[in-house]
Amino acid sequence: MQIPAPFDYARARSVDDAIALLEEHGEEARLVAGGHSLLPMMKLGLATPEMLIDINDLTDLTRIRVDGDVLRIGAMARHADLLSSAVVGEQYRMLHEAERVIADPVVRNRGTVGGSLCHADPAEDLSAALGALRAECVVRGSGGERVVPLRELVTGPYETVLQPAEILTEVRIPIRPGAGSAYLKVERRAGDWAVASAGAVVWLDGETISEVGIGLAAVGAPHSVAAATEDAVRGRQADDETIDLAGEGAAAECRPTTDQRGPADYKRALTGELTRRALRTAIARCRGQEA
Amino acid sequence: MQVQMTVNDQPVTREIEPRLLLVHFLRDELGLTGTHWGCDTSNCGVCVVSMDGVPVKSCTVLAAMADGRTVRTVEGLERDGELDPVQQGFMNEHGLQCGFCTPGMMITARALLDESPDPTPAEIREAISGQLCRCTGYENIVRAIRWAATHPRPAAAETSEAVSS
Repeated sequence: MQIPAPFDYARARSVDDAIALLEEHGEEARLVAGGHSLLPMMKLGLATPEMLIDINDLTDLTRIRVDGDVLRIGAMARHADLLSSAVVGEQYRMLHEAERVIADPVVRNRGTVGGSLCHADPAEDLSAALGALRAECVVRGSGGERVVPLRELVTGPYETVLQPAEILTEVRIPIRPGAGSAYLKVERRAGDWAVASAGAVVWLDGETISEVGIGLAAVGAPHSVAAATEDAVRGRQADDETIDLAGEGAAAECRPTTDQRGPADYKRALTGELTRRALRTAIARCRGQEA
Repeated sequence: MQVQMTVNDQPVTREIEPRLLLVHFLRDELGLTGTHWGCDTSNCGVCVVSMDGVPVKSCTVLAAMADGRTVRTVEGLERDGELDPVQQGFMNEHGLQCGFCTPGMMITARALLDESPDPTPAEIREAISGQLCRCTGYENIVRAIRWAATHPRPAAAETSEAVSS
């Protein structure tokens, strides 16, 4: 039987309450949202917080809405909420494609957007999709609010720039019309972590790629994106040559490790192919072609 | 700490350790052993119960997190001695063999039908894709849930948590 080590439990009534509880209990306190990453680690003894602060009552953090040219997603929105949100799919289809392959429907009923990002598992898919989209994270502490680019949120495996008494409250995704996007994942079995994932979002000016985002999950890409490849692709023609260039770039840029999900060279090759396919689909969608 | 919640329409209050998982609370504190305890890693889905109308894996929810909420287990599917159509469907269509996955499957099926009364086989397969069955190959489970969809209880709305809570 897997039982977590003993801890104290408190339920936050508001964001300010959660921050006050974090300040009161110091570095050994942890927020718990859906709990589907943290509780398994606690059951294995890999995480041993002394105080758990349950933020599931913060229902004001569950909203998903368009506000001008920003898609705003509350940190407590469940994965299932993101997947069922029509406005999310209309703006960026890759978010629905990523959500559809995150865990399974019952887990998605509990797991949250903010929890996934803050847990910062290196194989987590949402960071790659939101990284490609250049999302921003709204972080609140007792001193006020700050906005952190998603590409700067994670500092390493299971580590973020959040201070011990800060809470992620919202993810903001800039909306730029005319985007085409796609997300692809290879997993060993349904609901598993990725062997490799790639997501691409693209905007075209005629036949030229005016802007592009490429996200990679589970293959050690810094900040879950292929930044150098984006720079290489931006401004080029949206053709097969560019798509191949992107694949080669992503494969070269990622840093996969050999583990039970496969050898590093296989993951590198897979990353290249998934990047090619995601970019090809994103370009086709950008052109309004069915893909 | 003390928790209070509604389980199968009954209010319950217990003194618990914060680290107690909902699956063990239901089985060991309340004696509701219909909810099974399987992989303990939120993979297999035999521990699925409904919390505020939403299927959740109770091995990965603290009992403390269910404080103040409404929980339904397989024991709470029947109404006034009448089996839920999902339960009847699993009997009629041989939706189980060993029965280990069955309680979780039926809870998820009930929630699916409350949300979507006439799901396609593909939608059913998607809904139960977080739950493992090693006996049936899933085919009969899909048939069982389709049977329930085509034989709704006359006042089917009464089974939804939104109405009963």
